[in-house]
Amino acid sequence: MSNLVKIATRDAYGQALVELGKTNKNLIVLDADLSAATKTGMFKEAFPERFFNVGIAECNMMCIAAGLATSGHTVFASSFAMFAAGRAFEQVRNSIGYPHLNVKIGATHAGVSVGEDGASHQCCEDIALMRTIPGMVILNPADDVEARAAVFAAAKHEGPVYLRFGRLAVERINDENYEFEIGKAVTLKEGKDVTLIATGLMVGRTLEAAKLLENEGINAKVINMHTIKPLDKEAVLNAVKETGAIVTAEEHSVIGGLGSAVAEFATQEAPAPVLKVGVEDVFGRSGPGADLLDLFGLNAENIVDKAKKAIDLKG
Amino acid sequence: MDIEERRNLQIMACKVRLGILEAVYNAKSGHPGGSLSVADIITYLYFNQMKVDPENPKWEERDRLVLSKGHVAPALYSVLAHKGFFEVELLKSLRKVDSILQGHPSMHLTPGVDMSTGSLGQGLSVAAGMALAAKLKGASYKTYAILGDGEIQEGQIWEAAMFAGAKGLDSLIAVLDNNDLQIDGSLEEVNSPYPIAEKFVAFGWHLIEIDAHDFDQIDSAFKAAANNTDKPTLILAKSVKGKGVSFMEDNYKWHGTAPNAEQYEQAVAEVRDVLSSLEVENE
Repeated sequence: MSNLVKIATRDAYGQALVELGKTNKNLIVLDADLSAATKTGMFKEAFPERFFNVGIAECNMMCIAAGLATSGHTVFASSFAMFAAGRAFEQVRNSIGYPHLNVKIGATHAGVSVGEDGASHQCCEDIALMRTIPGMVILNPADDVEARAAVFAAAKHEGPVYLRFGRLAVERINDENYEFEIGKAVTLKEGKDVTLIATGLMVGRTLEAAKLLENEGINAKVINMHTIKPLDKEAVLNAVKETGAIVTAEEHSVIGGLGSAVAEFATQEAPAPVLKVGVEDVFGRSGPGADLLDLFGLNAENIVDKAKKAIDLKG
Repeated sequence: MDIEERRNLQIMACKVRLGILEAVYNAKSGHPGGSLSVADIITYLYFNQMKVDPENPKWEERDRLVLSKGHVAPALYSVLAHKGFFEVELLKSLRKVDSILQGHPSMHLTPGVDMSTGSLGQGLSVAAGMALAAKLKGASYKTYAILGDGEIQEGQIWEAAMFAGAKGLDSLIAVLDNNDLQIDGSLEEVNSPYPIAEKFVAFGWHLIEIDAHDFDQIDSAFKAAANNTDKPTLILAKSVKGKGVSFMEDNYKWHGTAPNAEQYEQAVAEVRDVLSSLEVENE
């Protein structure tokens, strides 16, 4: 584990597209006038003939991607999470999800860590929206290594995939031997008192929380749930069996995201307290991304508090 | 087009109309008005213009058709059935729970359907994506998109029109079924999209205006569109909603209502009359 490298997952996304484009000649990348921010601009530089800017028209972009996919292309369509999952939801649902087309939605600038742009651009609803679409795979990588691996896995997967990337540079958690499999959660630390299940940028903060808990004599298991859908049910089941209590952590609304997915499954198959760390049904605001994460309780301290409550609730 | 060719198309269009009526009547729901207004054009496309193979519906080189106004699925299904993509008998199963014929087109359930549609405003973008793919591959296939005139109230149509014009997608041919009526009434009453022709021209499209029920005009329009090499083409087809059934013609109430038994019999009798006289002429 190395704490020396700090890279935003969106940068890894852009680099991975370029790498993938070298071997996959069928790959096409679309953007809606945000290529500098989403980092698809890197692909545009490398393969201008396979990059198309549709302008500020995300709904149009999703359906163009669908049309390209019907003709055998693997298409990555990129915008900010707010516009990819929010504005174009119905296009993704009807023209990509329903016909189960091979479109990969590269959604960057997810969550409150977008920072200064404020609430209008801080999408904390995208996982909830995408989860409701049958057959949609949702990947939310924790660092640059995982982001690269997720892009490669998405390209290999037949069918629609929603990839969620962040703007903020995050510490690298995984090493170069990291192996990624869609739908297979990664146990980062074993433990017996409580399981902390995190996704995306919150994985790093959850590891911090586990250390703080350790100092207080609480032994927490830590799982990186990079795939929200399909959820690794076995991992949740084992977590309940081994520890009897769960805390989820995500940079997303507590409504409809990882916490909901875990709780929905647990209540039916493995009842146990499931406490959620996430954005508590409020809109974001302007400020430095790191400060906002603290402001909304998306930090190690809150995870520690919830972990203690979850242990109390075990009864 | 010679007389015989035209008559054969007219005969097929009658059979297609009978299929539409049978499907909607048996389903007890569906959209007869718009299906009948676009029936001649879709008949022409599949029987006279498009490269398709009913034995190999996913043939890569085939021409594509995106029924952006997906609610007129009965027209597409009836044409596909008569073309041999599936049994004509299946038309009766429209909208039934075990049918391959969904209320709106599904590309995975119905052979010959190139894209799942139904939510208005999305099909022109999809067709633009297909045309872009043809351009990238250097493939020769054409992509047809069938739009409703009410449908162009959706903003995404204009996003797609802008993209196709700006990128010079010359293999994209859109047909606008201009029957002047939408669910709630006339276009003018609801929210006028006119002038339509000037808008598409301003977005960088070729424009051809025709009578949607005149096969000579339809034929020359599609032949001209196929030869365009710099821009996408819009065929603005002035049509009559409910065409071919007297009491359905030009009446918005038949947008999404199925005929009862008596109305069905009358409708079928009217179309059969036309069909018989065409067949007599043919002998």
